[in-house]
Amino acid sequence: MCTLEKRGDLFLLTLTGDGEHRFHPDTIATILSLLEQAKSQSTRGSILITTASGKFFSNGFDLAWAQTAGSKTGAANRLHQMVESFKPVVAALLDLPMPTIAALNGHAAAAGLILALSHDYVFMRKDRGVLYMSEVDIGLSMPDYFSALVRAKIGTSAARRELLLSGKKIRGEEAVGLAIVDSAAYDSEEGVVEASVRLGEKLAAKKWSGEVYASIRKSLYPELCGILGLETRVFATPKL
Amino acid sequence: MCSLEKRGRLFILKLTGDGEHRLNPTLLDSLRSTINQIRSDQSSSQSVLITTSDGKFFSNGYDLALAETNPSLSVLMDSKLRSLVADLISLPMPTIAAVTGHASAAGCILAMSHDYVLMRRDRGFLYMSELDIELIVPAWFMAVIRMKIGSPAARRDVILTAAKVTADVGVKMGIIDSAHDSAAETVEAAVKLGEEIIQRGGDGHVYGKRRETLLREVLVHTIGEDESGLSVVRNTGSKL
Repeated sequence: MCTLEKRGDLFLLTLTGDGEHRFHPDTIATILSLLEQAKSQSTRGSILITTASGKFFSNGFDLAWAQTAGSKTGAANRLHQMVESFKPVVAALLDLPMPTIAALNGHAAAAGLILALSHDYVFMRKDRGVLYMSEVDIGLSMPDYFSALVRAKIGTSAARRELLLSGKKIRGEEAVGLAIVDSAAYDSEEGVVEASVRLGEKLAAKKWSGEVYASIRKSLYPELCGILGLETRVFATPKL
Repeated sequence: MCSLEKRGRLFILKLTGDGEHRLNPTLLDSLRSTINQIRSDQSSSQSVLITTSDGKFFSNGYDLALAETNPSLSVLMDSKLRSLVADLISLPMPTIAAVTGHASAAGCILAMSHDYVLMRRDRGFLYMSELDIELIVPAWFMAVIRMKIGSPAARRDVILTAAKVTADVGVKMGIIDSAHDSAAETVEAAVKLGEEIIQRGGDGHVYGKRRETLLREVLVHTIGEDESGLSVVRNTGSKL
């Protein structure tokens, strides 16, 4: 379901397994444990790149698994379970003591898009793949930390509306125009990953302190950190 | 340290000398007392403040060397800068920073604490250096950044890559209002803008009040304004 590879300074987190890379409770637990591993092995100059292969980056939570609960309440409980257990994944990414880059090989929908947006930088393909917050189409309401993340990372009301309310499938060029992703200049899976590696190496060369990096990152998103229960170590005075 | 010139209805505050204009307690006191002088001038409600500097630097931030000799001075400098920024936010006149040299960390915050920021394009950059020099960014600095830089990506670039932002890039990021070909032209443009603003008329006291409302989030951090909007401390110096 998910692997972590170390290539020099780079930690490469890859969503493997079935085509849609949906998040089942086991997948979520694995992702969380791999992020903890990366954190424990991090040094100055570490970088995380998260990617997948095939048509999908991730199509979100495993709703089929939720349905097999056999009853409406059962399904709702399972969905709730996934929503709650995914929250620490977002928190772990915000807390990770290294720059993070999501290299979108394909579609990122719902929780899959949230995973992408939890990274510092997001690259996607120009030719393939859409961003899609499917909740409005399938009648699901949005968890508080999903909306907080969107508010934190996406600045204009038009972009937020297009993403959250319109049920639109947003392709690369439009995603760049709406400032949802950093770049969509790539025509292949390799292209996106290569660009991420290039940026990663540039950032790695700075040899920043991971602890300072994570602290500054969290202080960019106080509302989100509050909802995630992440302390932003608010300093009354700077550590001069 | 700093000088004050009056040109018609314009107050021109200058950080003098060829040094780095590090925000040590002495300079901060000097700046605050000059701002108080401006505030109590009879024509203040129909005036404009322009802040600029001599030499290669607008300000290179806090006096870190001084703080190293005596750590309690870092608390003092932060407290004094907070009070200065609170004073600028409540000042009953529009404020223009004519950035004619490098503005780093606390120096960059000082520049951004003005209503308009004009900058030379031929030399110098804005630089939130904290990540590079391993300082945590205080929560109140982040409040200024959130209020003054609208795009989440631009905020990330400024604070999470310690970008050295030249004037033209700053204009694109929405941090700088306009870029000019030299130091002299920047100051000239600031004077011209100041005169245009004065021509428009209006009551500086009302302006100051409205600015306080707009930048409430910063004031909550700098002077500990409570939820009801009543100032807890106002222009009475440090919180120590």
